[in-house]
Order: sequence, then C-alpha cells, then structure tokens
Amino acid sequence: MSLLDVRDLSVVFQRRGEQPFTAVDKVSFTVEPGQTVGLVGESGCGKSVTSLAIMGLLPKRGNKVSGEVLFEGTDLLKLRPDDMRDRRGREISMIFQDPLSSLNPVIPIGVQVAEVLERHQGRDRRQALREARDLLDAVGIPDPQRRLSEYPHQISGGMRQRALIAIALACKPRLLIADEPTTALDVTIQAQILTLLKQLVDDTGTALVMITHDLGVVAGLCDTVNVLYGGRVVERARRHELFAHARHPYTHGLLSSVPRLDSPRGERLHAIRGSVSDNIPWAVGCAFAPRCDNVVDACLEGPPPLEPTATGGDLRCNNPVSEEVAVL
Amino acid sequence: MLRVIVRRLLQLVVTLIALSALIFIWLRNLPGGPVEALLGERATPERRALLTKALGYDQPILVQYGKFMQRVVTGDFGNSIRTGDPVTEVISRAFPATIELALAAMIIAVGLGVPLGYLAARWRGRSLDNLTIAGTLLGISIPIFFLGYLLKDVFTQNIHWFPPSGRLTTGLDNTNVTGFFVLDGLLTREFDASADALWHLILPAITLATIPLAVIVRITRASVLDVLNEDYVRTAEAKGLRHRTIRGRHILRNALLPVVTTIGLQTGALLSGAVLTEKVYNWGGIGTLITDSISGGRDYPVLQAIILLAALIFVVVNLLVDLSYAFIDPRVRVR
Repeated sequence: MSLLDVRDLSVVFQRRGEQPFTAVDKVSFTVEPGQTVGLVGESGCGKSVTSLAIMGLLPKRGNKVSGEVLFEGTDLLKLRPDDMRDRRGREISMIFQDPLSSLNPVIPIGVQVAEVLERHQGRDRRQALREARDLLDAVGIPDPQRRLSEYPHQISGGMRQRALIAIALACKPRLLIADEPTTALDVTIQAQILTLLKQLVDDTGTALVMITHDLGVVAGLCDTVNVLYGGRVVERARRHELFAHARHPYTHGLLSSVPRLDSPRGERLHAIRGSVSDNIPWAVGCAFAPRCDNVVDACLEGPPPLEPTATGGDLRCNNPVSEEVAVL
Repeated sequence: MLRVIVRRLLQLVVTLIALSALIFIWLRNLPGGPVEALLGERATPERRALLTKALGYDQPILVQYGKFMQRVVTGDFGNSIRTGDPVTEVISRAFPATIELALAAMIIAVGLGVPLGYLAARWRGRSLDNLTIAGTLLGISIPIFFLGYLLKDVFTQNIHWFPPSGRLTTGLDNTNVTGFFVLDGLLTREFDASADALWHLILPAITLATIPLAVIVRITRASVLDVLNEDYVRTAEAKGLRHRTIRGRHILRNALLPVVTTIGLQTGALLSGAVLTEKVYNWGGIGTLITDSISGGRDYPVLQAIILLAALIFVVVNLLVDLSYAFIDPRVRVR
C-alpha cells in the first residue's frame, strides 16, 4: 500500500455569480514511504491547491473537492474535520513558501515549536520547550536556547524556514509537504535549506512531496516527478528519465529554458511562448495546445489521455517530443 | 522603555501647559461671564466694576494666567465662583461618578464588541454579520441624547425595569469609601447598596457604550478578517492545533492590536459622551458639572480644571495604550 494515494483529485472553485473554475482536474499520483515526489509546474497550474486539498486546508466555502486522498488506506477527504485536525502536524505536515509570514509575529519561536508537541504529544510547556530546543538544534539553528524566546523578526530568513521545518518535523510525521520552501530565500540559503530537507527526510524516513517550479530543486531531490499543467498531470517520470528524455512539449520547454553554463555565448534563452492565460479548457482540447510547438489537429479535438510510457512513466500528449532529442 | 516613558511624560507636561493657556484665553473671550451671572442683567456698571475687580478679572489676561499657574503648581485651582467650594473638592466629588460610568461603558463595549466583531468576521456574509454591520451603523449614527431619552422612556416609563435617574435610590444610604458606589457597597458589605447602584448604572452605561461598542465591533471585525488570511493562521491550522488555541493565540492576539489603539482613542468619545449621558440621567458626575458650570455663569475655575483634567485623562490613557502596545507586539518593542 502506498503511503499516499491521490486518486482523481479535483478542486473546483465556485463563487457566487462567477463561472466555476477547475483548479485541479482529476490529479492522481502516489507517494511511497520515504520517497520524495515532485509536483512541478508554473504559477496557477494547481500544485499548491493540490497540497492544500490533501491537507484539508482549503477554505470551507467556495470550493468543491472530489476524488480520494488515501493516506495509509484512509480517505482523508472523508474524515471528520476534528479527526483530520488530529492528523495534521502529527502524521502529515506542511511547510510553506514565505517563512516570515508563516510564523506568528507576536509569539516567541519556542512556543511556536512547542505548541505542536503540546497538542499532539501531550507534553507540558516546559518539556515541550526543552524538546523544541533540541529540534531547533537539529535543523541547524545556532544558539537554540536563546532562539526559544526570540521573535520571528529577530532571526534571519533562512533561520525562520529552519524553524518552520523544525515545527513540521516535530512529531516525526510520515509525510511532509513542502510548498515552494525555498522560493522566498536567497540562492545561497536555498541550497542550505534543500540540503537540510534532504538530510532530514533521509534520516527520519519521512516521505516528501516537493512542490516547486524550480527544476533545479527537482534535480537535486526528487525520486519521481509529476509535471502539472492547467490542473492536470501532463507527464510523470522518474527523475533521471525526465531530465534525460522529457517527452511532453511543456516539460521539454521548461527544461530548455533553464540557462546553462556550457551553452554557446550569445545564444538566446529558450522560452515557452504565451502564458497560462492562453490555456483552452481541457474539455475542448489539450490546455497547452495554444502554446505548443508540436501541436497537431488531434490536440484541439479533445483532451489527450494520460498513457503509460515505455520507460514506466505516464504521458498526456498526442505528439510528444521524440526520445532522441535530449535536453541535458 | 523607561526613556520612552519619561519622554512621553515630558511631552505631556508641555501639552498641558499649552492647553491651559488656550483654555484660559478661550474661556475669557466667551460672551457673558461670572460677573453677569452673579449680578444679573440689571446690575449697575459700578457694581459690575466692583465685582470684576474683586474677582481679579480687571487685570491683563497674562497676569491673570500667571497667577492662575502659580497657584496650580501648588495644587490650588481656586474656588468655584458658583458655590465657593474649592475646585479640587468639587471635582473629586464628581470624578468617581464619571469614572464609574465610563468604566462600565467600556466593559460593555469591549466585552460585547470583541466577541461580536470576531463572530461577524468568522461568519462573514451570513446573517449575523449583516445584522452586526447594520447594528453598528445605527450605533454610530444615533445621537447619544436621543438614544438616552429613548431608553429612559422605554425602560423606566413604559416598562419599569430600571430607575430613571440618579446613582442610588433616594433614602438608601451607602458608606462612601472610594466614590465608586458599586465598589463601595462590596467593600463595606452593603450589598443592597451595591446592587442598587448597579441597577442605576445599567441604562446610562449602555447609552454611553453604544458608540465605542459600534467602533470596536467594526475594528475587530475588519482586523480579524485581515488576520484570518494571514499565512501564520494557515500554519497554525497545518499544525493541527485546536480551534481555541488558534483563535486565542494566533488570531485574536494579532487582531486585537488595532482594537487596543481604538480603545485609547475612544476615551475622548467617552468623555464627551459622558456630558450628554449624565445630563439625560442626572448622573452627577463631571459631565453634569461641566454643563452646570457653563450654563450657571461661566464658572471659570471649575471649567479650567475640568478641561485640563479631561485632557490629562486622554493623554494618559493613550500613553498607557502605547505602552501596552509595545507589551503586546514585540516588533514595536525593538524600535
């Protein structure tokens, strides 16, 4: 049994007086224990909404979530809110993009770490603070005893994200969802945080769902990668397969747009033309068709199905990039 | 922190001195005056000149002000022209009544306003929210004296739930310890007096509370709505914390920062509202004293002292608010 088995997850936002908007459209993927899985795509492709739906953190009103989110066989979408509350932070944790705004500005760091332990492990405040200090130490925050009584604005951005990682891992969850955890950080700090995350999930055996638009992050961390476009998975492959032979024109475009040190001087950087706003609805055809270089007639006659590839992945494309065209 | 307090207190002294000069000049330029009030319209010019001289009002205004300040620094605000009693005594008799009324109003405004504002934000767009918004609009726009007479009419004339005026039922004796009648009753174990004072307090306190209540509900609602969208609330949810922890520690703690500021600013509204409320309910506090001192012949010494006292209260409350702000929000502390 997979640790996490997301089946046909859909999220439709419905506001009064507006057309319903399908942010996530029948997304399926699995995460095995201890595995690191990437959800990749540009802004608005539905990756963050997917993670919030798994966590049960979407607003209570204005959206409709369907499908199944099986966590060790239990459908999280069917749990009572209080039962889900018991699991969040204990079995499944999440870290977010902006570490400054994700921490409460008027509460000491120590309490913010300790309160998870008090909630889920039944610790009293003193004991929880002692453990919080060890946790801060474990995520590489110097002088952890002093940090306990400091406030978020008093520590650096990198340290804040470390603190959030400490909070997320405090109860040794089996699954950690990281939603662009390095986007708001300096490049040098990004590398440190990624290394730390990798080391921690390796040490604890925590499975990691890494949500990112940064293919460099994927390359360094993920075992399997799901590429999302317009709310659907368009390509799924093991990391090496994906980087060696990206088949979907969108994935291919993403990879070719990464600047390379060994490319000839003066060569123009490849860009995918258009923007997400050019998408057509999946009901009409492939959402990516208006931006695609490989577009064929079939692309506009209905959504292409997600089909297994010879290399063990999945692909949703009528006219994929040939396997011989390697990007990297 | 100590330096901030000292600096603010020095500012306070400067403010009060400037204000005292302003009040002094302004009061003396008002038409009419104590002399006219004491002697009546038909007094001869000679008698007027005599009294004017006796009261010292014939001297240049700067000289008058200098003498006034000289006495003030020794704690002597002069005697009431109307009654002849020392001003400090007159005021200290009326002061506790107003404070009791204002405190009761503030307890109602905060105690009702914060939960209502929170619930309205939580149920945004639902009927409770709409009802609250409509109610606060009414509360802000309704004139205090109108509401006062309305409540008085309904609850003391039509249905006799509350007494129409005063602070105690006539004939009921209470021992005066602090001047706060409800508290006095508890201290001296005269519980019937305490209950009676509370019974008298309810309508005036509700009347005075409406505007601050409406403002606090609105500020709380807006502030909670802001905070609900904050990332750290989502983090708290992601931690699986209990509702009440999220509500108290993560939402309200942050949302109340603007509310605390509002409470300070509402002190001004309370003081001016007290004048009208006390008039309606014949409360016998500072508000009554102000109206009596103005209409009863420009009682300069009393008026000067009251206005200065009101300014002092306003500034001190806002100083306390600023200090508490630094206490609640660590980001302010560092600056």
